[in-house]
Amino acid sequence: MAMKSVEGEPKGPPATARRGRVPAWVTNYSYPLGAIVFLLVFWEIFVNAMKLPAYLLPPPSLVFGVVATQSKLLALHAVTTTMEVLLGFVMSVIIGIPLAVGIVSSRFFDRSIYPILVSSQSVPKIAIAPLFVVWFGFGTFPKVLVAFLISFFPIVISTVVGLRSVEPEMIYLIRSMGAGPMDTFRKIRFPNALPSIFGGLKIAITLSVVGAIVGEFIGADRGLGYLLLVANSNLDTKLLFAAIVYLAAIGIILFMIVERIERALIPWHVSRRTEVILESM
Amino acid sequence: MASGPHLSFDRVSKIYQSADGPVHALDGVTFDVGRREFVSLLGPSGCGKSTLLLISAGLLPKSGGTITIEGKPVQGPQTQLGIVFQSPVLLDWRRVLDNVMLQIEVRRLRRDQYQKRAEQLLASVGLEGFEHKYPFELSGGMRQRVAICRALIHDPPLLLMDEPFGALDALTREQMILDLQKLWLESQKVVFFVTHSIPEAVFLSDRVVVMSPRPGKVEEIFTIDLPRPRHLDIRETKEFAAYAKAIRDIFQAYGVLKDV
Repeated sequence: MAMKSVEGEPKGPPATARRGRVPAWVTNYSYPLGAIVFLLVFWEIFVNAMKLPAYLLPPPSLVFGVVATQSKLLALHAVTTTMEVLLGFVMSVIIGIPLAVGIVSSRFFDRSIYPILVSSQSVPKIAIAPLFVVWFGFGTFPKVLVAFLISFFPIVISTVVGLRSVEPEMIYLIRSMGAGPMDTFRKIRFPNALPSIFGGLKIAITLSVVGAIVGEFIGADRGLGYLLLVANSNLDTKLLFAAIVYLAAIGIILFMIVERIERALIPWHVSRRTEVILESM
Repeated sequence: MASGPHLSFDRVSKIYQSADGPVHALDGVTFDVGRREFVSLLGPSGCGKSTLLLISAGLLPKSGGTITIEGKPVQGPQTQLGIVFQSPVLLDWRRVLDNVMLQIEVRRLRRDQYQKRAEQLLASVGLEGFEHKYPFELSGGMRQRVAICRALIHDPPLLLMDEPFGALDALTREQMILDLQKLWLESQKVVFFVTHSIPEAVFLSDRVVVMSPRPGKVEEIFTIDLPRPRHLDIRETKEFAAYAKAIRDIFQAYGVLKDV
């Protein structure tokens, strides 16, 4: 048959700012950077004008001074915390995704495990954290466990939602090709769920940072959470803020890494979605 | 069974269990689709035409009656066919060619033997050069053409189409109707075509099966005795208008269509 295309040119990817006046990364980064610089300048002027003592609110100039002079100490603690965050996150992925697959594919899992999971989320993890110190001591593991507990739930939920939201026609279609449950999962359900899974992963990575810090607050001898407590008790507010700067940097960098992986794995989804502000973080 | 009908419905019924009790969707549907025949199933929305198509493919269970394809009763999903739905149902993560080749992969056929055929099919529907585009880069009509290629790549004897042009703009739709007729004339395929467009059904079909509103029953079967190949201006002929009016009268009698 010779079908002729009646409709006009195909829709290409949206030609926003790709080729235009300014390169895309400039517009992507200039707005958030500009906002942050404005905030810092305002902060500096405010502290100086109000003559606030540094132990109450140090000006950004002093904080960045500490970030520079104490970089060795901060980096050392940052490495510990980053390890805990990553281990907790990886544990969430390794346990969360298969658990979600189990919930979606087995009625038994769905009926028995899912309700427990959901109700367990109403228990504040911070309340359980001291117990982990009793059980597992002051090492890395209890912190990883708290990070895992906080971050795995969004992964499970988003994976379950993603795996379930398949157009029925898609399932009909692949069944008419003779596909069994494995084919349906590998070729339809799982790739179809990836955008949703990545939504969960992005929440999880930021929550994992929170979890690691909470774990360190309960009982630790290193890590940025530990450093925060020490700086706080010494009224060393500059160091406290410097630790927060490091913490924020870890969170942002890890988030961006997850987003890069998302871009590499599901370009068909990322390029279709409109540019969001988070992309330029 | 070489002489019997290709697809046969015998007193097929379907009852849904809904929150407000059982819903009678189909009731005693009986008709045949012959070899090399183009048969349309025409009815108002909600009369169970799409349900009947899914049942015939073994994708939905029926509540009663028998369906046979080439003499064999339909039990479970049928694979000796191709399906096109109203939405293209392309996989967003696969490029155009890989979307067509899904059919080959799932059937465990040899990819290298069908790659060429897939490219030819795509070229024949005007998609040459689009093999490596993603679905989101195509227009609605182009996506539906990819879906048709995917339904044909394994050369099935039966093509099931569920309002395949329903979501397209009027002009694209006319072109697709002409192209489908050409495809059908050139191939040996049986086409079972579900639509709610009277002109579309009359233009394309050898026979039009008109269904009543729910519960869906076969109201009347029209044999469309118009010469092939049919051209678009056949729709202005007296004969064509007579068929369309006869069908329209049925819907008016049911109150599905109300004239002012």
